[in-house]
Amino acid sequence: MKRFGLISVPYLWLLALFLVPFLIVLKISLSDTALSIPPYTPTLDLSQGWAGIREWWAGLDMENFTWLTEDDLYWKAYLSSLKIAIISTVLTLMVGYPIAYGMSRAPDEWRPTLMMLIILPFWTSFLIRVYSWKAILSNEGLLNQLLMNLGIIQEPLIILNTNLAVYIGIVYTYLPFMVLPIYSALERLDESLLEAAEDLGCSRFTAFWLVTFPLSRQGIVAGSFLVFIPAMGEFVIPALLGGSKTLMIGKVLWEEFFSNRDWPVASAVAVVLLLLLIVPIVLFQRNEEKQREAEK
Amino acid sequence: MRRLSWFNAVSLTLGFAFLYIPMMILITYSFNAGKLVTVWSGFSTKWYGELFRNEAFLDAAWVTLKVAVMSSTIATILGTMAAYVMVRAGRFPGRTLFSGMIYAPLVMPEVITGLSLLLLFISIGLDRGVMTIVLAHTTFSMCFVSVVVSSRLVTFDQSLEEAALDLGCTGFEAFRLVTLPIIMPAVVSGWLLAFTLSLDDLVIASFTSGPSSTTLPIKIFSAVRLGVSPEINALSTIMIGLVTIGVIGASLTSKRSIAKRQKDEQEAIL
Amino acid sequence: MSDAATAPVSVFAPWEDAQAKPLIQFQNVTKRWGDFTAIDDLSIDIYTREFFALLGPSGCGKTTMMRMLAGFETPTEGTILIDGQNVAAIPPNKRAVNMMFQSYALFPHLSVADNIAFGLKRDKLPKDQIAARVEEMLSLVQLNRFANRKPHQISGGQRQRVALARSLAKAPKLLLLDEPLGALDKKLRQDTQFELMDIQEKTGTTFVIVTHDQEEAMTVASRIAVMDHGKIIQVDTPSKIYEEPKSIYVADFIGDVNLIKGNVSRTGDGHASIAWAEGQPDLTGISHQDLPIGSAATLAVRPEKLSIYTSRPKDQSNVIKGKVLDIAYLGNMSTYVIETPSGDLIKAQIANTRRIHRRQITWEDKVWLSFTDTAGVVLDK
Repeated sequence: MKRFGLISVPYLWLLALFLVPFLIVLKISLSDTALSIPPYTPTLDLSQGWAGIREWWAGLDMENFTWLTEDDLYWKAYLSSLKIAIISTVLTLMVGYPIAYGMSRAPDEWRPTLMMLIILPFWTSFLIRVYSWKAILSNEGLLNQLLMNLGIIQEPLIILNTNLAVYIGIVYTYLPFMVLPIYSALERLDESLLEAAEDLGCSRFTAFWLVTFPLSRQGIVAGSFLVFIPAMGEFVIPALLGGSKTLMIGKVLWEEFFSNRDWPVASAVAVVLLLLLIVPIVLFQRNEEKQREAEK
Repeated sequence: MRRLSWFNAVSLTLGFAFLYIPMMILITYSFNAGKLVTVWSGFSTKWYGELFRNEAFLDAAWVTLKVAVMSSTIATILGTMAAYVMVRAGRFPGRTLFSGMIYAPLVMPEVITGLSLLLLFISIGLDRGVMTIVLAHTTFSMCFVSVVVSSRLVTFDQSLEEAALDLGCTGFEAFRLVTLPIIMPAVVSGWLLAFTLSLDDLVIASFTSGPSSTTLPIKIFSAVRLGVSPEINALSTIMIGLVTIGVIGASLTSKRSIAKRQKDEQEAIL
Repeated sequence: MSDAATAPVSVFAPWEDAQAKPLIQFQNVTKRWGDFTAIDDLSIDIYTREFFALLGPSGCGKTTMMRMLAGFETPTEGTILIDGQNVAAIPPNKRAVNMMFQSYALFPHLSVADNIAFGLKRDKLPKDQIAARVEEMLSLVQLNRFANRKPHQISGGQRQRVALARSLAKAPKLLLLDEPLGALDKKLRQDTQFELMDIQEKTGTTFVIVTHDQEEAMTVASRIAVMDHGKIIQVDTPSKIYEEPKSIYVADFIGDVNLIKGNVSRTGDGHASIAWAEGQPDLTGISHQDLPIGSAATLAVRPEKLSIYTSRPKDQSNVIKGKVLDIAYLGNMSTYVIETPSGDLIKAQIANTRRIHRRQITWEDKVWLSFTDTAGVVLDK
């Protein structure tokens, strides 16, 4: 009985506030837009009993999903999100791997401090960290001032409100998610493996390429998913750093909902985004499980 | 002792410079006398004064703090229960669904979580305000708490609980007297994580807040969307400062307790 | 009883007394998890004040038996009685049984004294009684100086003693010890074995110990149950287990043994002989089993029971001819491996009572081994 209570409280909470809301999204995505409150139709009228349910069911259709394929705004936004997420994941890996590698090779007594320095930004407001780049990247910003004073450029570079700024923003904010899993993979690496590789005739670089890199692969995979998955649905970074031309699906959903008040289309956009993310989420889970089994 | 190769030294220096220079600039320009945040025109703390006279910001900060304390506390209780269920309850009907619902919110895009909760609140006719934000934040942060706590519970030696039962405890006493004190650090870090997530959240709060319950991130977002403002720089500096003190304090305490532990263990062997 | 009165020393052996009432009774207990049978239709009686060892390889079911006594597992079939009472419905926190865990399971957030007081506080005893009892237990394990330390501030051997004191504090009828010395190094383990026996005697508690270490079981136990695959193979005193194993499994599990396969040639008078190799005389040993003439049997004989000769010994019954294949000098004794003409290898251990200046027997030497008729045991198959 006690066990039942222990299970049921968090269970019911999650059912009511996670699963049911999602089913509502699914339902509304199959409804039509209407100028009413709530702004969609049909609404389920249980007071009419079975007939009400039937009428409601008959009113559901895939129209919104057809609409998503017909209006090129949406599929362009999906493709653009995918592109931005992939490019920024690769960039984060390129920036993050050397940091993780350097940390794992640092003297033991430095490591807690380095670790704290990586985690500290994670506890600081995401919004503030994104915002801090505005002053750097704008046309009169500090980066352009610096480059012009050094005489490297004559005209200011236009970075803010472009996709480049979005890449920088994603790399900057998601860097700890990439560094930490790679670091924990590299930290476990037994250094005698590298000595053995060198003893067997590898150069430093080939030893890295043939031993270190493959053994940190699971960290790389985990880090990449941890960056890619949230980057796909990102809203704040494109809204603050991207321009009007930066298309990302999170921003489209936001605007559909708040500006156009088109709830059914916003719901359909959400459903499709989730379907797109299911594949990487499942792959990520599998990678985690593999790692857990390897540790046993 | 190991020494850094020049390659590693350079990559660490560049990496940490990349992480910290933007924040340094932000902090520096919060003390700028001028309105422009890109041109230095002398030291001043006037923006901090402005900030503390801005009622709207203070109200939003108060709402945010209330939401964060309430949601992280409920989330810690629920998340710890969920972790206990995941690690200890064994098989029960619907376990797969349960673990799915624990893990899904961790990777769910915020826009979807926010949208779905808003649609729920509307369809059951719940007025949006502090309460709805608390419900929303509790839901996603309890999942983070449960991950933190369950990773501690997995390594928890189950024979400690059995020993408590063997010595006459009831199941709940064993949890209260043995398990909880031992996993307390994980529970506390779960609470801190939930608290930070709540303080930080813009997207979900935007969906679930009402006109009278604007949180600080919503306020900041609408201010910075238009451009950079020195007041926001001052606010950011305060927030970064608080977090830095917290994190450094926490790491020093843990460092000291590790050092003490090592010393104790050495003495024990003698 | 008149027998006991006339006996020179009263030997503690309640299992031989038909009147004695056992403290623990396993009656046809079976424990299954799905398809896996951990305990297979097992019955056994354990008596008050016994130091009873469950010995076997890992996975043999010994820990399951102990956990059923503590109440952490319930039997699938059969009943367990403690003091004549069926304990199936009694939860672990209501049993007069305490357990010392393999990992010690000391509460890391409580001091040594609070760990020991933990169970007493659950019984809502008055404060001064608890304090007195804790003090008493600390003296028993000689840890008074460490009362206020936390478990991580004391050594492994001290932790082991705290765990013992904690499980004895409630004065249980029965104390279960799960591999109590497994985490200690060899030297400390030997010292602690004697300490355990001492404490068992002082407190008069019934001890049931689970171990995979046969030397440990031999040292501490009044009786040993050798287990394998959920069954008890043999229950006996250490010396009986060693000298008169009832199966090849037990003979082989405890100590070093030569197993010589052959066919029964003669039986009677508590002895049996086997014919085992062309050109070698038959070998004789003790036999309690009903072995038909001609059936396959094995003679089990301990290496230290064998004597080694450079010429054929006279007036000896069991003689084996062979040549020295290997010699291992172990300090206190030497082990000789002898190869017989039929290719069998037989080990003999000779105590090095004197310093050897020159080795009398060396590699490739022709030698004869022999042992008495009561040295070995003839077992079926």
